[in-house]
Amino acid sequence: MYKTVIGLEIHAQLSTKTKAFCSCRADVFELEPNTVICPVCTGQPGALPVLNEKVVEYAVKAALALNCKINLRSTFDRKNYFYPDLPKGYQITQYFTPIAENGFLGFKFDGDEKRVRIRRIHIEEDAGKMIHQDADSISGASGSLVNLNRCGVPLIEIVTEPDISSPKEARLFMELLRDTLRALDICSGDMEKGALRCDANISIVDEERGLSSNRVEVKNINSFKFVEKALEFERERIIKALETGSDVNRETRTWNFAKRETISMRSKEEENDYRYFPEPDLPPLQLSDEYVERIKERLPELPQQRIERLIREYGIPEYDATVLGSNARLSSFFEEVAKSTDKPKEASNWIMTELLREINRRGIPLEKMPIGPEHFKILFELLEQEKISVKIAKELFPLMIETGKLPDQLVKERGMEQINDEKLIEDIVLRAMESNPKAVKQYREGKKGVMGYFVGAVMKETRGKANPAAVNEIVRRLLES
Amino acid sequence: MKGDFLDLKIAELSKLSTDEKREVLSFFHERIVAFNSELNAFLEILPIPDSLSSGSLSGVPYALKDNILARGTRTTCASNILKSYLSPYDATVTARLKNTGAVLLGKTNLDEFAMGSSTEKSAFGPTKNPWDLSRIPGGSSGGSAAAVAAGLVPFALGSDTGGSVRQPAAFCGVVGYKPSYGLVPRYGLVAFASSLDQIGPLTRCVDDAFTVFKTIAGRDINDATTVNGKIDLRAKELPEADLKGLKIAIPSDALDFEGLDERVKSRFLEFIERLAEKGAEVSFVELGILKYVVATYYLIAPGEASSNLSRYDGVRYGERVESENYEEMIKKNRDTGFGDEVKRRILLGTFTLSSAYYDAYYRRALKIRKMISNRINEVLHEHDFILNPTAPTLPGKFGEIGDPLSYYLMDIYTIPANLAGTPAISIPVDPVDGLPVGIQLMGRRYADLELLSTAKQMEKLSGAYNNGLAKIPERWLHV
Repeated sequence: MYKTVIGLEIHAQLSTKTKAFCSCRADVFELEPNTVICPVCTGQPGALPVLNEKVVEYAVKAALALNCKINLRSTFDRKNYFYPDLPKGYQITQYFTPIAENGFLGFKFDGDEKRVRIRRIHIEEDAGKMIHQDADSISGASGSLVNLNRCGVPLIEIVTEPDISSPKEARLFMELLRDTLRALDICSGDMEKGALRCDANISIVDEERGLSSNRVEVKNINSFKFVEKALEFERERIIKALETGSDVNRETRTWNFAKRETISMRSKEEENDYRYFPEPDLPPLQLSDEYVERIKERLPELPQQRIERLIREYGIPEYDATVLGSNARLSSFFEEVAKSTDKPKEASNWIMTELLREINRRGIPLEKMPIGPEHFKILFELLEQEKISVKIAKELFPLMIETGKLPDQLVKERGMEQINDEKLIEDIVLRAMESNPKAVKQYREGKKGVMGYFVGAVMKETRGKANPAAVNEIVRRLLES
Repeated sequence: MKGDFLDLKIAELSKLSTDEKREVLSFFHERIVAFNSELNAFLEILPIPDSLSSGSLSGVPYALKDNILARGTRTTCASNILKSYLSPYDATVTARLKNTGAVLLGKTNLDEFAMGSSTEKSAFGPTKNPWDLSRIPGGSSGGSAAAVAAGLVPFALGSDTGGSVRQPAAFCGVVGYKPSYGLVPRYGLVAFASSLDQIGPLTRCVDDAFTVFKTIAGRDINDATTVNGKIDLRAKELPEADLKGLKIAIPSDALDFEGLDERVKSRFLEFIERLAEKGAEVSFVELGILKYVVATYYLIAPGEASSNLSRYDGVRYGERVESENYEEMIKKNRDTGFGDEVKRRILLGTFTLSSAYYDAYYRRALKIRKMISNRINEVLHEHDFILNPTAPTLPGKFGEIGDPLSYYLMDIYTIPANLAGTPAISIPVDPVDGLPVGIQLMGRRYADLELLSTAKQMEKLSGAYNNGLAKIPERWLHV
């Protein structure tokens, strides 16, 4: 038996208005290169950092949401290394005493209660971005360009304990973390845009032989899907090595998006000595209990709390609650619909399938959708009163979204009302039996499947509007009489 | 009237009429142009502006050490790596002086990146001591000290990391004042060792030091290490002080230091006698920390410097050497851009911060620094001030001190104030053999006004002054 051991190091860009240590704006994604810069974030001689207080507030929010112990006194330190995207030649981070430690994030996975411990959360600054000519990295490039816009954008780094035991779990953890950061409104959570980044450490324990593989770090994972894919690839690679009686190197690898595989970046021996030391330009960060308490009081409901509440209050299944609860807007929409229709299970089904499908298909966010609880309320009433079939209701749904009109109005306008007239249905069935005696005979000899032919005939003639339950009942009765 | 401008204090210069102020500017500008080829105090000389702005220092000319940024000037740090670097912004001190109408006439020479005590380590040639052109002016603010000593500007700013304002002031016979750490903003001062660096004025009297200090001090939103409300900067003049009854500690270990020149020692002891005559309570105290200060300093300062100087890679600014690839490029840029002393300190700092040696050196040095601070605060709890010679020697001849260790010992008396963040001022006492001697008064942290007031009383006991201003050598009196 092989046991997978995974720990994550996550960098989350904080969505503050300005950068961590200067007053340049912080939302620099896709802006003209090198336009959002100043003496501080480009490391001009004599420039000094000044801590953005919002960064502290956001970090404390994250720390509280992840059940961490807040260090009321934390310090800033310098991590020294040379790279063209790091203008000062060092990154300001919190190495010796981070702002928060010893937390956890709990969630349900395959019916089990899972708890991933958080080792630490610290504040740091982002580096710039580089573009290399004729190569993937600076070595071998014929030229490299550097864009310093991203320099000094605030980050928090969240480091987990190695408590994650499968690639899928890693992905779920990342998704829940994203949802949590979004609920706190402190990070956009877009992995594709680099606002959330994940480095993963993985090792495999061979339980039978009682030995553990070397630990491998995988960097550059830029989507939730790839968190799972990269770790699956790595798990297989390590197990294969263990099975041949050898081991993988202790190294850092990078996820190659194009080839869908990880490739070696550098061995641990090649790593920099970062020469950490206390940042003399920033005094220690001193927080008060009152400050932390004030932030705690104003924390919004977090996804995990919401999921539990949805299950409790609405009696919907865990899976539904997880899908709906991951997003504040979606879950509050669900709650409105559930309350106004008094049918939480139906509300959850329709929102999770039809509504989410339309949202994804059209690429329109929920808040721009022209429908509200009233649409669902009337739709459910039409269904309950058997004025429309489920099939018709599903046809109505996209029409509602296109037009914004209420379903009863659409039914009227388009003559989509359900036909419940049994006499009319009987007539159609009898006509069909007359024109196809062979099928009737087959049914009566035991080929029950033929029933569908007669149901289809009715639906065809009524253009799908006949009450399906009534049709089934009538067809069976007439065929068997 | 012309020569009389050298006899005016800053406050008096600022009260002149607009026409007279124009004369003042031409007068000093002419002197700079005339004498700089001999002194090499200035790396850049600026033109006189067309118009004067109003303010408390309106029309008063000054100079900045060339590691302090001023828009429209180069800031070279006397280094090849920044030899054509144009200041993209004003340092806070520069902006504050500009706002009060002071007129910047030039940027002064220094040891490269302020790393040195002689201004010999400048990439652009040494500055000469105005009292004897064959001697060093001290450093690293040697250009600023020489400029003020020769009467080329009424005041100049320097930066002091281990004595870089006070020691050249002592060697050039002027006043050099390092304020308490956190009182004067460092924004726009090119960092050498951030936890020790402090900007301070070089002037010809304590009154002038106070005038300049008042203008440049105070909390700065761009410098998180500046403090607020520790000191009242509204006072127009220095409060009156009385030497009588003042408790002054003389570190006996400083006087026992084998590197202390006998001539300096005797001048210092003479001065103590005069103080005692005025009623000061002078007592000898064993500090017990002096033997650690240079070692501690040379672990902490190079550590910080090795990190602070990482940004000079030639990627975004600074001189760049054509190379095949990135690593080679920064190696070449830094190899050709930095001088030997800077490289020595970067290497030393890189070593002391390396993970294998951090605990043994840097972390331990931080502990010793704390211990030194505690001891100084303890002595300053029992005494009002600590007084010692500013430097153990007289200004030496160029190249006289070859080995780095003896060179570093020049700062033994000045380093403690940087390690403890306390204010200290060097004032000139009677010269020896025509060479200036300075004494340093150190006070409690943030007790800067008391320090300046007392130093002002001490000036009266010194033979280095004439009409309240430090004497200018004959050679530079007339253009």
